Amino acid sequence: MGEFLHQLASGVALGGVYAIMALALVMIYQATQLINFAQGEMAMFSTYFAWKLIDLGEPYWLAFFATVLVSFIGGVVIERLIVRPFANAPVLASVIVFIGLSLIFNALAGWLYGYSVQSFDSPFTGKPWFGAGYMSAHESGSIVVTLAVLALVYAFFRFTPLGLAMRAAAQNPVSSRLVGVRVGWMLAIGWGLAAAIGSIAGMMAAPIVYLDPNMMGGVLLYAFAGAVLGGIDNPFGAAVGGFAVGVLGNLIGAYLVGDEVKLSVALAIIIAVLVWRPSGLFGRRLVARV
Amino acid sequence: MINRRIFLQSSAAAAALAASAGTARADDTPGITDTEIKIGNTMPYSGPASAYGVIGRTEAAYFKMINEQGGVNGRKINYISLDDAYSPPKTVEQVRRLVEDEKVAFLFQTLGTPPNLAIRPYCNANKVPQLFVSTGASTFADPEHFPWTIGFNPNYQTEARIYGKHILATKPDGKIAVLYQNDGFGKDYLIGLKDALGADHAGMIVKEASYETSEPTVDSQVVTLQGSGADVLLIAATPKFAAQAIRKSADLGWNGVRYVTNVSVSVTTVLKPAGLDKSKGLITAYYGKDPTDPRWNDDPGMKEWAAFVGKYMSPTELKDANATYAFGAAATMIQVLKQCGNDLSRESVMKQAANLKDLELPLLLPGMKINTSPTNFSPIRQMQLASFDGASWQLFGELLMG
Amino acid sequence: MADAENALSLLVTLAVAVIALAFPFVASGYHIYQGAQVLIFAIAMLGLNLLTGFNGQISLGHGAFFAIGCYGAAILMTKFGLPYWAAIPAASAVCFVAGFLFGFPALRFGGLYLALATFALAVAAPQILSYTGFDAITGGSQGITLAKPQAPIGLKLTSDQWLYLVCLASGAALYWAARNLARGRIGRALIAIRDQPIAAETMGVNAALYKTTCFGVSALYAGVAGGLSAIAVGFVSPESFGLSLSLAFLVGIVVGGLASLGGVLFGALFIEFVPNIADQLSVNFGESAKALPGAIYGALLILVMAAMPTGVAGGARAATNAVMRWLASSRPIEVANDGGADVAAKYEGKGESP
Repeated sequence: MGEFLHQLASGVALGGVYAIMALALVMIYQATQLINFAQGEMAMFSTYFAWKLIDLGEPYWLAFFATVLVSFIGGVVIERLIVRPFANAPVLASVIVFIGLSLIFNALAGWLYGYSVQSFDSPFTGKPWFGAGYMSAHESGSIVVTLAVLALVYAFFRFTPLGLAMRAAAQNPVSSRLVGVRVGWMLAIGWGLAAAIGSIAGMMAAPIVYLDPNMMGGVLLYAFAGAVLGGIDNPFGAAVGGFAVGVLGNLIGAYLVGDEVKLSVALAIIIAVLVWRPSGLFGRRLVARV
Repeated sequence: MINRRIFLQSSAAAAALAASAGTARADDTPGITDTEIKIGNTMPYSGPASAYGVIGRTEAAYFKMINEQGGVNGRKINYISLDDAYSPPKTVEQVRRLVEDEKVAFLFQTLGTPPNLAIRPYCNANKVPQLFVSTGASTFADPEHFPWTIGFNPNYQTEARIYGKHILATKPDGKIAVLYQNDGFGKDYLIGLKDALGADHAGMIVKEASYETSEPTVDSQVVTLQGSGADVLLIAATPKFAAQAIRKSADLGWNGVRYVTNVSVSVTTVLKPAGLDKSKGLITAYYGKDPTDPRWNDDPGMKEWAAFVGKYMSPTELKDANATYAFGAAATMIQVLKQCGNDLSRESVMKQAANLKDLELPLLLPGMKINTSPTNFSPIRQMQLASFDGASWQLFGELLMG
Repeated sequence: MADAENALSLLVTLAVAVIALAFPFVASGYHIYQGAQVLIFAIAMLGLNLLTGFNGQISLGHGAFFAIGCYGAAILMTKFGLPYWAAIPAASAVCFVAGFLFGFPALRFGGLYLALATFALAVAAPQILSYTGFDAITGGSQGITLAKPQAPIGLKLTSDQWLYLVCLASGAALYWAARNLARGRIGRALIAIRDQPIAAETMGVNAALYKTTCFGVSALYAGVAGGLSAIAVGFVSPESFGLSLSLAFLVGIVVGGLASLGGVLFGALFIEFVPNIADQLSVNFGESAKALPGAIYGALLILVMAAMPTGVAGGARAATNAVMRWLASSRPIEVANDGGADVAAKYEGKGESP
């Protein structure tokens, strides 16, 4: 029983990271129907930025919020400079651009900071807020952060005029433009938000998985799976999917098939679920228009 | 100065030296002139294994230093290192380019088990020395079938056998759990361990768990292993995952004996991230001095290393275990070239590579020597057990031969 | 104008054929090996382009089918003693079945979900290949080493030349097949399913059958490429088939031009040579540029896409259209802009091959 709870706790903690990352993917997907394959590497790069600030002696939370802000600006800049020119190109051209971006960030991080593993501080020290004995303080703290981010995203889209404008721009760009929403800027802000949320995922993941240029590769894979499993047009569903994948991965590896093929089996299960519910567990069912 | 190709700088002095050094033999061997020795190499400078790229860069820097000191026997080294992204088809392509287009004399420290397996038939068929391959797989020390391929690293299976013997000697009724990377590297430890335990004690291994390098953490695997009730843990993992496993096993309050592969023993880049107190009691089989272990602060070899990094490399690489490894490999290469004298034919280079006698390297443990012979293609065979006391590694027992 | 375009296209095809045939007799062994690699990539991309370019089904996992072809051929040759000319078709047939079967769950998914499913395939392939239970036949993480096939006795060719010619012959035959497939009734059905799925079904096109068969054929192409790769490299191991291989194929067809069969050649040249160029360029960035080949490759990728969003084929077509119009009307060159827009619209609408 103890072991089972341990597996569960470590799955939930990691699932929280997947959930934040899945939220970042949703931000861009909602507006453009594209998965940003560079999201993981962007988050990794942001995390190095935070690490550098902490290394220079800045207090953690200052570094944290500075990183979120800088990532937001970085996301907006990337959208305006690199992604925007492909707005009218075939969809796959954008996908290739994402692949190019991820290669660039990965190699740049290796060049600037080296490939050795770096430890990354956690703001949560001492006793865990809950799950003592099964979770570290950081793991419990990062779950709280996940839930906070989720609540903020929800409130942003539900209660702020900007959030409303962004939803409108995503759902019906033409009409939105007619009523005065600057659709282009909404896309850029979407990228900024995605980068900012991604940086939080990176900073929550780094104390668990350690900081190195390849830290987010696996995380992005699981987050992608989680987002699709939960329903990628729905932030809430995507986050639930992220948690589910974290727990599922651990339990399958530990109790079902062993670790050697757990990744394959986990993905197979997700695909099976999608066969059953093609738009994800919480996704809207799409009706094709003739 | 360009990074990966150290071009020959012609000067009157070099020409003068060349005139005296020239021999008839040298002219027939590709890549060898009176003033130059061309050496080929492949490295994953891009792709998922790019962390190892520092090995190629360190070697380039080392040869640059040698060249600035006048080269070997009047010949400058032209080290051509190409990116293969750790993909065997690409390695074959790059090696053929090195051999057929660039006309290198031989290959040195090509990196990775699969890339080296892919080029081994080509090198042996064309009698191109494939020297000191950068991998610990035992298959590369096979002079009988592959006389043109010679290993370098202590091999993983040998190391695992040392742990197996130590477990039998100190904890004969222990229950062993193994965490291993799901590839040739990790599986070699399993093989070596089982080999040492023998059929009689095979039952001592109560649980094995593997991980993929694409996974974010191994926390779940460590929980599974602890749940098996084992009191000995062998961690056959690369640095990031080893650090995770060390931390998680300590967090779980698992107070068994923990062995960790010497790939992942760096104090700064593995044990510090894991937590120095959480690393207390770890055991490893050591062979190279760890540049981040304070015990070597006054060591002359380490000072030589620091001076080298200060002049030729960037400070971040001072603590990189891959870089110190490459430093030793490059020094070994130079020793072989010195032994060759003016006979730099491929046969002679291969013969001298298999004729190293009691070579000591600045970053090998004191007393440790490199030896090769026509029947022994494993240059580094000695190791010494060490345990971590919370600050640095303490060697114990005697030098062990694999 | 259509006649002129056809004539031009014929001319280009002929020129490519002549160069490709002459190449192994003028180039050195190492370059011939590179040529064979290009042909192998091009074959795999032909298949992927049928699936993605013509039928609109995205695959991030074609490396897995390539792997099945590679391992299939290697196992048949080493364990069952089959000669390579029998082993490769047999392994490709296995790929067809695998692709066809995978096409069924794929039917349920649109765009993104298919991307995830095939992504999963790419991630799972190396894992399953190195699964301990299969070690006896796959050689585990040690892989399988193969002897290089020699030219038939009587032909005075080196092994490299022979391998290249085998790849060239396979490539030409498969290109011809793909071209006929794409230009005929089947091709029109595939395109209709891509662009107007519901209308296509209403017209009586059996979308499910076409889509699954297309998946199978596409996997078959990847399998042939994999089999050829096994004998050209002489070594197979799980590390050769990571996600990066699948992504490289995708990059190749987009760079070459989606739904352009001729474009795959450019795509193959791109993924074979641009990483080497990036490696060479990185030495210009000083001593510590160890990690830069990846970044330079990424930057080149983005630049190429920015210059030619519809790939080399689209770019070339825009250029020829502009020249043709200029010749026809002797108008000033600024019509080039119209030409570009025209081609983009044409591509989106019909996805015709050049």
